[in-house]
Amino acid sequence: MKADPHYTLYHPRWYRRHVSVWWWLQNRSYTAFVLREITSVFVAFFAVVYLWQIRAIAKGPEAYAQFLTRLGTPFFLVLNAVAFLFVLFHAVTWFNLTPKAMVLRLRGKRVADGVVLGLNYAAWVVVSGAVAFVLLRG
Amino acid sequence: MPSVVAMTVARYRPEREPAPTSETYEIPFRKDWVILDALNHIKDSVDGTLSYRWSCRMGVCGSCGMKVNGTPKLTCATFLSDYVPGPVRVEPLDYFPIVRDLVVDLTDFVRKLARVKPWIIRKEENSPADGEYLQTPDQLDAYKQFSMCINCMLCYSACPIYGLEPGFIGPAAVALAQRYNMDSRDEGAAERLRILSEHDGIWQCTFVGECTKVCPKHVDPAGAIQQYKLTGATRWVTSLLLPWGTR
Repeated sequence: MKADPHYTLYHPRWYRRHVSVWWWLQNRSYTAFVLREITSVFVAFFAVVYLWQIRAIAKGPEAYAQFLTRLGTPFFLVLNAVAFLFVLFHAVTWFNLTPKAMVLRLRGKRVADGVVLGLNYAAWVVVSGAVAFVLLRG
Repeated sequence: MPSVVAMTVARYRPEREPAPTSETYEIPFRKDWVILDALNHIKDSVDGTLSYRWSCRMGVCGSCGMKVNGTPKLTCATFLSDYVPGPVRVEPLDYFPIVRDLVVDLTDFVRKLARVKPWIIRKEENSPADGEYLQTPDQLDAYKQFSMCINCMLCYSACPIYGLEPGFIGPAAVALAQRYNMDSRDEGAAERLRILSEHDGIWQCTFVGECTKVCPKHVDPAGAIQQYKLTGATRWVTSLLLPWGTR
């Protein structure tokens, strides 16, 4: 009789582990990753707020004033502040990704990550400046 | 500096226990020891039943990958002195089935590696009489980083996506596919892209980025996957806009 009927000598019996639901708390980069994925909810939230704003504008000045008062409530102020932080995190991590995905080669040498990143941030500043100029001109 | 260090090693003896346990050994501390030296000391002088893989002791063979205090490491390149006063916890790599103690089964990776065709594909082979395929140093430089992979599987162990979606082709396989795609002698990029844009290919990756951090050879598999995504997306848009265009 064998001691353990489930075990055959010299035949592997693999032990398969399963991933814990809390895997993303194991180290800080996993947590940062999950937070980054959650930012998509806040990006969607801002998109909905913009649609809401456009609807209010279309309805007329009264509706728009009501929209502004509602956004001024403490609930929306806090929600907007949190959402803004998440969207900022989303933007920064997105920019940090670009040198990984875009490998530029100049005269056979790889352009340094910092340069690719810097150019992206510069483009962001220029585009934001142009948008601000158009909006604030009048 | 302490004279002894406590080392907790994961054990799994399928003939004795249904699930892994751990055992703690007191080992002498030596400044010049790496974790693998400590394991060899246990095997030689304390407990000969301990099983683990190793070969070259110099970060080339990729056999001795294990988790040290929770982080995937090559144990031959990880100094014990970085973990004093201890205790040091040594475990098998995550997500692969454990065969025994610190030994995991890598069959899944080997199958996936073969799927990405990690060899030079030519539409037409030159005859040996035509001589070698020549390459400039710049052309070598384009893929050299990805060719440094030693299949140590630290990146798979660091990748939660591989743990959650076992079908995912994984970081090293994509990096090695990219190694051949970037090779000026290769003509198989379209073939590989077809395989890698399937459901279990590059799009499973959500860029956790840990694979690149743990890679002992600075291969940057996360970068390889993101670059591949860009190539895949560009190809897809091109084929949408120019369906009659040459592929």
